[in-house]
Amino acid sequence: MNQTLFAVLIAVLVVAGIGLLIGLILAIASIVMAVPKDEKAEAVLELLPGANCGACGYSGCAGYASALSKGEAKVGLCPVGGEECTHAVGELLGTSGETVKKVAHIHCMGNCDNTTNKADFQGINSCLSASRYGSGITACTFGCLGFGDCVNACLSNAITVCNGVAVVDINKCGGCGLCAEACPRKLITVAPVKEQAVVRCSNKEKGAVAKKACKAACIGCMKCTKVCEAGAITVKDFCATIDPEKCTGCGVCVENCPSKCITM
Amino acid sequence: MLVKSLVSVFLAAILTENYVLCKSLGICPFLGVSKKLNTAVGMSAAVTFVMVLATAVTFPIYQYLLVPNDLAYLQTIVFILIIAGLVQLVEIVLKKYIPALYQSLGVYLPLITTNCAILGVTMLVLQKVQTTSAFTYTYGHALINALGAGIGFLVAMVMFAGVRSRLESADVPKSLQGLPITLISASLVALSFLGFSGFVDKLIPLA
Repeated sequence: MNQTLFAVLIAVLVVAGIGLLIGLILAIASIVMAVPKDEKAEAVLELLPGANCGACGYSGCAGYASALSKGEAKVGLCPVGGEECTHAVGELLGTSGETVKKVAHIHCMGNCDNTTNKADFQGINSCLSASRYGSGITACTFGCLGFGDCVNACLSNAITVCNGVAVVDINKCGGCGLCAEACPRKLITVAPVKEQAVVRCSNKEKGAVAKKACKAACIGCMKCTKVCEAGAITVKDFCATIDPEKCTGCGVCVENCPSKCITM
Repeated sequence: MLVKSLVSVFLAAILTENYVLCKSLGICPFLGVSKKLNTAVGMSAAVTFVMVLATAVTFPIYQYLLVPNDLAYLQTIVFILIIAGLVQLVEIVLKKYIPALYQSLGVYLPLITTNCAILGVTMLVLQKVQTTSAFTYTYGHALINALGAGIGFLVAMVMFAGVRSRLESADVPKSLQGLPITLISASLVALSFLGFSGFVDKLIPLA
């Protein structure tokens, strides 16, 4: 009886001893080798949205927070957090910064009414793969494919594919630019929000070819460049582009565009 | 003879006794982290690291502390305790002295603390010490076995990451989508490793 008790006791003692020893070593190690934490960075990280989209140019929110706390980064680089976030971070760090809310614009209006597909596509359900078959499956070789690679890339569910073309909900859009990277046809740009005109076409073919592919195509007629008082519109490769910096949002170009491919 | 047996143990741990595919240990990270190649490699690196380290510590403890005191039956609980403590310690040390490695191993290190593959490698090697007759199983063999087991884990993970990337674009019936098809393909990959049975013994005859 005594012997059994002794055996049990030994077992308990050995396990408890090893446990205690390891606990002691860990406790000492965690004190001796403690890494000083950057409390400022952690506080900043709390205020950031935590989307880790990388739009600020740093590796995720943690990277931006540590750069902010060291004073290496400017306040207000985060388009997702918007003004609220900038104010909060600015107050914390004692500096002020202004953020410009940016949203994505899709430069295509090739919906089912304006254009058609030249082939049926039965493959991997993505724009990237559809764009690789021949010159792509849409009649316009520059237009939106409508498989929603941008929708999948979007962190805030701001993009929907509506009637065959992607549409951005500017209220939800954070302006991170992930959709612009995902689009195989580079139809998406990110620009500051203001009253401005946007060319909703990216077709660089001659006018007749473009018009044949899509009713809403920019034919490069130069009419908008002539009517624009701010000189914000340039036409290159038969396709107009509007400089958002210069655009005053007067809307003259929208009224004068024969293809109706400029919208506010 | 010694080198030959070391090579034999190493190859056996990778091919014929692959801990994931032949012994079905460590299935959780095998299914969970094999979606992308780079996370699969990161996880495998952490597993290999901890396996070798755990064997290096538990093997002498078993031989020189538990066996002389007739406490061999305590090996499971003691090993769990030691491995958990060891991983914590390694994490603290890495964080302080090699932050780059700490960053790259990231969350995988604490994740594998109580992984059964680690425990399996440290415990099954003790059985081999008793059953291997062709040569004496030494501390070096145990370490090489742990390294091989880690590399075997890497091989299985990388292979399966490739299989899964193919699965992404496959047209899977709705009832099999997700985990079911993953398990089926895992079993097929495991089946392919059966082809290696007897391979190492034939390649490096020891007896």
